[in-house]
Amino acid sequence: MLACFGLATLLLDFFLTKKEKSWNSLTAMLGVAFSGGALLLMYKMQGQAFAFGNSIIIDPFFIFFGFIFLASTALTILISVKYMEIEKEQHGEYYALMLFATVGMMFLACGNDLIVLFVALETMALSFYVLTGFLRRDRKSNEAAMKYVLMGAFSSGILAYGFSILYGISGSTNLITIGNAVSERSTRYGHGDVLTILALGTVAAGVFFKIAAVPFHQWAPDVYEGAPTPISAYVSVASKAASFALLLRLFLTVFWPVNLDWVVVMEAVAVLSLTVGTLAAITQSNIKRLLAYSSITQVGYILLGLVAAVNPDGTLHARGLQAMAFYLFVYAFFNTGAFAIIILLRHRGVIGDDIDDLNGLIQRNPGAAVVMLIFLLSLAGIPPTAGFFAKLLVFWALIETGHTYLAVLSVLYILPAVYYYFRLVAAMWVKESTDPVLPVISLAQKFALAAMVLVTLAAGIFPEQFLRLATYSILIPFGR
Amino acid sequence: MLFSDSHILSTILFTPLVGAILMLFIPSNRPDLHRWMGNLFGFLGLAVSLPLIWRFDSAMNAPRFQFVTDSSWIPSVGAHFTLGIDGLSYLLVMLTTVLGPLAILSSWSAIKKREKEYYILLLLLQTGMLGVFMSLDFVLFYVFWEVMLVPMYFLIGVWGSERRLYAAIKFFLYTLAGSVLMLLAILAIYYYRGTFDIREVLIHPFTAQYGWLQKWLFWGFFFAFAIKVPMFPFHTWLPDAHTEAPTAGSVILAGVLLKMGTYGFLRFSVPMFPDATVKYRWIIIVLSLIGIVYGALVCMMQKDMKKLIAYSSVSHMGFCTLGIFALTPLGLSGSIIQQLNHGISTGALFLIVGVLYERRHTRLISEFGGLSTPMPNFAAVYLIVTLSSLGMPLLNGFIGEFTILRGVFEVSWKWAAWGVLGVILGAAYLLWLYQRVMFGNITNPANENLPDLNAREYATLLPLVALAFWIGIYPKPLFDILDKPVHDLVERVHPGYYSAPELTPPPTPAAESPTSMALPAKLPLAQVAVLPPPTSSRVEVR
Repeated sequence: MLACFGLATLLLDFFLTKKEKSWNSLTAMLGVAFSGGALLLMYKMQGQAFAFGNSIIIDPFFIFFGFIFLASTALTILISVKYMEIEKEQHGEYYALMLFATVGMMFLACGNDLIVLFVALETMALSFYVLTGFLRRDRKSNEAAMKYVLMGAFSSGILAYGFSILYGISGSTNLITIGNAVSERSTRYGHGDVLTILALGTVAAGVFFKIAAVPFHQWAPDVYEGAPTPISAYVSVASKAASFALLLRLFLTVFWPVNLDWVVVMEAVAVLSLTVGTLAAITQSNIKRLLAYSSITQVGYILLGLVAAVNPDGTLHARGLQAMAFYLFVYAFFNTGAFAIIILLRHRGVIGDDIDDLNGLIQRNPGAAVVMLIFLLSLAGIPPTAGFFAKLLVFWALIETGHTYLAVLSVLYILPAVYYYFRLVAAMWVKESTDPVLPVISLAQKFALAAMVLVTLAAGIFPEQFLRLATYSILIPFGR
Repeated sequence: MLFSDSHILSTILFTPLVGAILMLFIPSNRPDLHRWMGNLFGFLGLAVSLPLIWRFDSAMNAPRFQFVTDSSWIPSVGAHFTLGIDGLSYLLVMLTTVLGPLAILSSWSAIKKREKEYYILLLLLQTGMLGVFMSLDFVLFYVFWEVMLVPMYFLIGVWGSERRLYAAIKFFLYTLAGSVLMLLAILAIYYYRGTFDIREVLIHPFTAQYGWLQKWLFWGFFFAFAIKVPMFPFHTWLPDAHTEAPTAGSVILAGVLLKMGTYGFLRFSVPMFPDATVKYRWIIIVLSLIGIVYGALVCMMQKDMKKLIAYSSVSHMGFCTLGIFALTPLGLSGSIIQQLNHGISTGALFLIVGVLYERRHTRLISEFGGLSTPMPNFAAVYLIVTLSSLGMPLLNGFIGEFTILRGVFEVSWKWAAWGVLGVILGAAYLLWLYQRVMFGNITNPANENLPDLNAREYATLLPLVALAFWIGIYPKPLFDILDKPVHDLVERVHPGYYSAPELTPPPTPAAESPTSMALPAKLPLAQVAVLPPPTSSRVEVR
């Protein structure tokens, strides 16, 4: 099943690269729709299935993340078309690379073998490197791509080192075998097993880089700022979700026996991410940088969900995982939405990523201002939006697992978040417009914005279905 | 009978929301249409709430919560869409539905830009506030509690005066700071109780046997409400928000929003954590007394009319919290009456400042003087409102303050003495303000030909004046409605209070219930000095 869909996507890729400009996006959308259909067919599946000699595992976890990847890819394609026309960089490769990245992400979510995971990660990362530097004539874009490549290669190296230790521990690349080996070691040597800790540390560092968690976050603001705006959205949403899929897969299977060890690391990284992200975001005057730092903060919250997935006695706490899954799902929509509004502001000579570019948006385009308000409220975690329920679930899980101090700390970080998000709101709603050009919204962008607002509000007011989806995806495969 | 019992609250709650959604589809270049729509749905909201007046059952044996709607909302987390009102929330809902349309009407000529958004936001705000008073589910309550911040932010931030952005974000952050801690407390309640149902927790409160937990939860809720009221050290957002907000925003802010804090104390803090309440009430009483006197003193020094009234809110709301935490029947019912009074009187005062501001575009006291000559009718209305605010007998303020002070006196004459000082200062600054604005010679030529009140301004002010007289002369219906909720509250914090053989003060011995504070001995003065009004004595007989 998966082979079918993967090949089909690839085949479509090859076709579309040769086609004429505006058709590229359409073909890419077709590819996404096709694999979405394939995923839907698998959706009702309850158990797990293995393919390619146990190197791939298909379970609800994969299907759930598959939906996130496809949704964010589709949204990014929709908001890209007009942007790339303005940039005069309307090439087939752009959409092809996006699909390649999607394929990488898919394998990242379903890989059950270290080699598969590593190849998938590199497929995704390489596509992103190129996409980041896609604006050839823009120095910032090139600089961002360079930075991303260097830092990315470094982190991949660390991750590969961790993988090699895992192989050394178990003599196998299969995650299940490795999991058994780690579990055996942890019963034999207790908590002080150097090899396991070393593997844990290096793998964690590699993944933290990919999700842009502090202290491995330095690349994020520059890449977000320099990359074409749709790609900023894509990196911050899809690549992050894929890396979280990798993180969850590894930490909930391979490293689960030593969960009390890594929870401490997660706590520290989450708190650092919250702190650094928040403090840095307050002073930004560039929206893309602000959103970059704010997404570091969001990563902190999502990681807290993982912290809350482990009870003090080392058993699994379902609500923490549910919170993470819900958060990642809705985050894909409202974060892409915020970037989509920046894209609307892009026109000749204005990048649209300065806070002043938002001034008086309510007069220039009331719809866009209202929509942006909803996304920002959601990012900040104010009801009745999806972001509120996502945060509520995280706090709830934290309290239930006895992390009261973390809950108080993280809930208080909402305040500065509201402060910096509302600088954007104030610019849109209160300040007078300085830019006479009215933003024009293309049909594709309208469609994408409508979808994103719908999900953001629906998951905020009637989150039931989304919660069920999150529960289904996470609890069934990892329901210990 | 148009509405069945279970849908009446939903109808009241969603009427403004429907109006707001309809207005979204009217193009923004039709300000007149928006004005009419806003007012139409404002008054429609009042109209649909009127059936409550004759349908609400205030008998002692009536069910505690009435008109209950309960449907499953988010089964995965156990949140329900539950609405229902008791005597306390009934009065506050009515206050909201009365003040809401008046505030909307008062904006008719004051708001000259972006009318569409303005009226939509006012209607959304109305829904949010009503939702807070009606919700019987913690999650639902919290959603309304926070949702309401957003329209208020914009009302201050977009239509306010010079420092509006600063005031708006300050308001937002201050209130949010309290509420996020409340969110954690709510989640902790779920952790220990497995329910988000407010009624459930009201039946089984967190008593002293919960140890540190009930204390932490008490403080978690306390900050949310104390900031909203606002109590003394947390009040600094209020003068800014009030001063910068447009008239309607100030009316809603003073009239309804502040009541959400006291409502929170009465609905959550006191009945859910009775032992922690008794244990820590001295802190809150002291803060209230400081607030009363400090607020009044600061009022004396203000140059800006709106700021003066804002600080007077700090003082008056201090009375409300004082009455609540006296924890006697008189204190509690007086406090709730005083909340309504404050909504009516201060709402009217802000409308009056709005009338002047529309004519002169300034709020500085020194700009005015001798206005009673060009505006005699205005002078009369203003005088009545001032007297009602400072507690003149026959008007509403007297009933509230008097009952509170009597209730407090039962507990400690010293507290009451400080309260009386606040009343005296209140009379001083309000009368002085009136004197400076209305009497004397016209010193500023701009004031010479100010037009008197017009029909629309009468329509906003006279209903409030009528309510002030009604509560001042015949408050018995209100006390009847409050009997049951107050009875429940007192019974919760002082078990056996009502079954005690004698009248005031409660002879609850400290030994019988280790949690209740040792009450000071009965002073003979309590019965000599205080002439019991008919209304309050019937509360005691019960």
